[in-house]
Amino acid sequence: MDFLLQGFFKAIELLTTGDPETFSAVYATLVVSAYSLAVTLALGLPLGFCLGYFDFSIKKQVRVVVDTLLSLPTVFIGLLVYAFFTNRGPLGEWGLLFTLSGIAVGLTILALPVVIALSATAVESMDRQLRVALISLGANRQQLVLSTLWEARHGIIAAGLTAYGRVMTEVGIAMMVGGNIKWQTRTITTAIALETNKGEFAMGIALGLVLLMIAFGVNVSVSFLRKRY
Amino acid sequence: MVRMKHVYWTVLLLLLASLIPAGFAGAQEKVLLMATTTSTEDTGLLNVIAPEFKKATGIDLRWTATGTGKALKLGESCDVDVLMVHAPDAEKKFVADGFGINRKEIMYNDFVIIGPAADPAGVKGKSVKDALLSIQAKKANFVSRGDKSGTHMMELDLWKVSGAAVPEKEAWYAQAGQGMMATITIAAEKNGYTLADRGTYIKYENNMKGAPPLKILVEGDQTLLNQYSVIAVNPAKCQKAQVELATKFSNWIAGPEGQKLIKEFKVMGKPLFTANAK
Repeated sequence: MDFLLQGFFKAIELLTTGDPETFSAVYATLVVSAYSLAVTLALGLPLGFCLGYFDFSIKKQVRVVVDTLLSLPTVFIGLLVYAFFTNRGPLGEWGLLFTLSGIAVGLTILALPVVIALSATAVESMDRQLRVALISLGANRQQLVLSTLWEARHGIIAAGLTAYGRVMTEVGIAMMVGGNIKWQTRTITTAIALETNKGEFAMGIALGLVLLMIAFGVNVSVSFLRKRY
Repeated sequence: MVRMKHVYWTVLLLLLASLIPAGFAGAQEKVLLMATTTSTEDTGLLNVIAPEFKKATGIDLRWTATGTGKALKLGESCDVDVLMVHAPDAEKKFVADGFGINRKEIMYNDFVIIGPAADPAGVKGKSVKDALLSIQAKKANFVSRGDKSGTHMMELDLWKVSGAAVPEKEAWYAQAGQGMMATITIAAEKNGYTLADRGTYIKYENNMKGAPPLKILVEGDQTLLNQYSVIAVNPAKCQKAQVELATKFSNWIAGPEGQKLIKEFKVMGKPLFTANAK
């Protein structure tokens, strides 16, 4: 039990003394989550919007596929990405194995269904009357789309935050594709796994708390933005 | 509205562009990628070796620590340049199959059978064979690595040599599928026995502030020797394998400097490995 308390003090110590190993892991975590989230939002929001906004013949089927992909096991994604990026794999030439970019690719696959499904739901659950009202106000097609997006912003932000939480806390992909290489691809989560394997439980708890603090910071800034707009 | 669209695409393109250099950045420096076993990382040995190697040669040693089974697999797939592993039979096969060259034995420690101080199966001081048979007869909890690591392969061999079938499906036999330290922790929770390399056990003793619930019960048997070797990935099979850097590393670690570092590496004042390069 006492390693919980030790971990708490250790977390404060790591952050205040600027422990280079911890900050390297924080950096790796921030880089992979930022890359993957940027690509995920850029691809996922338009797709999610289309899925929620337009009616087309196989909409229900697409929805089922996307919802199923929400359950993609992360270690499985890790294996898939590894299979493509290993030097014997089809994309081995790209040199992405054991890099942060490689991890980001895997995390994007993990986060895409989350953003698509949740933003589609956000757009879908908009008041049907909005469309009618906007058209009657003389909105053109582009204004119609943008206004709908704006009205769905809270749901879309929630989608982004959920995806962020998923990619930041992911460990299977980061371990398999990144290889947990010190100073390079060691993220906070793979560092926690390593410390646990080493039996350094206090250190593992400390790193977990560091991760939580980052997540707290992100959520505080998002909620600040949400209040303003 | 048109401007927003521009901003959107510019940001997207910038982000995508920033992804690319990150992937290739590593190619500029002299980086040697090694796949190794969990014990070399968990004990902290590599954290001592890597900076000294960099000082001596300017080569940046990076490693990914997994079980020996996966490490060999990474070598077969050309994903690493060099291996530091401990499963002599599997290694010899790896070399014979043409995946590796220049296998050098660099150090050893030994395996020990550890278990609860109360020793419910009464194995203390017995030979490995009698100890395993006694654990089996008493159906005492035994935790296996179960992950095709060097330690796991050694354990399977020991069961075979003892004349006992591997108790694959027995209720008292648990396959953790995790690293050595995690497996020791599980064995401690289950009040059971396990086979561990001495290095990781000393680290565990250290973590437990010198009062570990699990003690060394069987040791010193010739069959318990745990030999570590370095193998370069064969450039004939893997064009990208940096055989030159790998050779530098294996010569250095098997040379006086590397061997001295291994000899002097201690946890709790106890040496963890014995350097034995020829």
